[in-house]
Amino acid sequence: MAIKTQSSAIEGLDNLELGGVPQEPRARRIARTAWAAAWPKLLAVAIVIVLWQLVVATGWKSYVLKGPTVVFPTLWGLMHHRLLWQAVGITLRRAAIGYALALVIGSVVGAVVARVPPLRAGVGSIITGLQVMPSIVWFPFAIILFGLTTPAILFVMVLGAAPSIANGLITGVDYTPPLLLKAGKTMGLRGFNLYRYLILPASLPAYVAGMKQGWAFAFRGLMAGELLVLIIGQPSIGVLENNYQDLDFFAGATSILIIILIIGIAVDTLFTSADRAVRRRRGLLEPGAA
Amino acid sequence: MSMSSGRLTPPESPPGASAFPNLTIVADRAAAGAPAAVRLTEVCKVYGQGRAALLALDKVSLSVAPGEFVCLIGASGCGKSTLLSLVAGLDSPTSGQIETAGLKVSLMFQEPALFPWLTAARNVELALRARGVPKAQRRAQTQELLETVHLGGFGDKRPHELSGGMRQRVAMARALAQDADVLLMDEPFGALDAMTRDLLHEELERICAERTLTVLFVTHNVREAARLGDRVVVLSSRPGRVIEEYDVPRGGDRAEDSRDVAELASTMTARLRQEMRRHGD
Repeated sequence: MAIKTQSSAIEGLDNLELGGVPQEPRARRIARTAWAAAWPKLLAVAIVIVLWQLVVATGWKSYVLKGPTVVFPTLWGLMHHRLLWQAVGITLRRAAIGYALALVIGSVVGAVVARVPPLRAGVGSIITGLQVMPSIVWFPFAIILFGLTTPAILFVMVLGAAPSIANGLITGVDYTPPLLLKAGKTMGLRGFNLYRYLILPASLPAYVAGMKQGWAFAFRGLMAGELLVLIIGQPSIGVLENNYQDLDFFAGATSILIIILIIGIAVDTLFTSADRAVRRRRGLLEPGAA
Repeated sequence: MSMSSGRLTPPESPPGASAFPNLTIVADRAAAGAPAAVRLTEVCKVYGQGRAALLALDKVSLSVAPGEFVCLIGASGCGKSTLLSLVAGLDSPTSGQIETAGLKVSLMFQEPALFPWLTAARNVELALRARGVPKAQRRAQTQELLETVHLGGFGDKRPHELSGGMRQRVAMARALAQDADVLLMDEPFGALDAMTRDLLHEELERICAERTLTVLFVTHNVREAARLGDRVVVLSSRPGRVIEEYDVPRGGDRAEDSRDVAELASTMTARLRQEMRRHGD
């Protein structure tokens, strides 16, 4: 009887402590966060269009500068050309391959460097050094090595992105809470298991942040590469941009910029939602935060 | 385990200690050759080297019998947590010996130290996995352990969705999942409110009785020590030394507000203050 009384007291206390916050339905939460993420972007786009139209209205460089009313129809027209989609396809494929390579190489380097203290001191600073090198300075080197080929572009993408990814992982490993390490060790997690079940999952938030930053570097490298390394028979976003520049075709060049921006924002949204999912699972997001 | 040592009054015992008939002050139990679950012999721990060296533990000898619940109390800097780390094998003593008779030891902290990316059930299950329990049995055992701490319905919650007391109970289930014979607890209820702590004291008592666990429980709360322990060991500060041991008779009213517990608590408080004054000079 005594035990019964006690367990009901403890269960009652549990219910009291958890009872406070009503759970929001999943569908509603997704709709709310999607809207919360979308409206600032839509607003920003609207502001840019208005400012752009204002500049056009002043007549500044009116012989080349065209307003949204000219550029958007051009963009719409381009979207009905197979060539644009072919170019987008080639660019996205390069993005995927280059980023995947960077992800593998960055992760392996990060994991090894985080584990081996002597490498840590030496390679760690090289990684940081690589991160501050603008991707464009690598192209002469890459072109000498690989010629005007896709591998030259991928090479620069990897050099740009892998250090960020490696650094993210290293930071994550470094910031694994010592208390959790203690708990894991008392539990009997050792060696590889300690990595698999504790250190790697604990590093995930910093790793995802590194992957996000890595994507930004990879995409910059890719765009720079596509403007410099023009490969015959391989129309890409960069090739189109380059052509429109040669043709002095402002509306076309601007349309391509808009497409690049859209790709960038779309991928960033993926990373942001991955990041938020990781943080939500760990209770690192404030309830109701956008 | 009955504590049958004679009533000895150590030279430094506070005035009036003998006025409490329920107390037995025990000296140098480690010297007696009784079988022990945990035995520390002249354990020293020094941190750092040379002039910056800090003596954290100084010749601590302590023996804990199987099934015994021993509380360690002391002011800051008494090396309580160091002592538990040494017994848990997370660190090794500078000199002296620690024997755990081949028993399995698990450690609980003031923070639940649950893995925040895993649900409550997964946290418990990981401990089972770490000790090699086959997958087929893990699910049922996890559920059983969660039910032991009255959290059967909360297995799919993540730590941040639980209250502090509930998290600490998940941590307890995880510690039990390690199938340890010796449970080391480092101020496990220190961060909880009094009401929750009171309920968890009862829970811990019940679980220890069900599983015949040997417990080494560190606290700075004298009432908690008097409430839970079969024996209370008082440590001095900087360096940590065993300065006194009190037997707490079994049976009787062990509620935290009972007369027996209050009397023992005030005796220990007096002893601790005496120790603190020593550092004030």
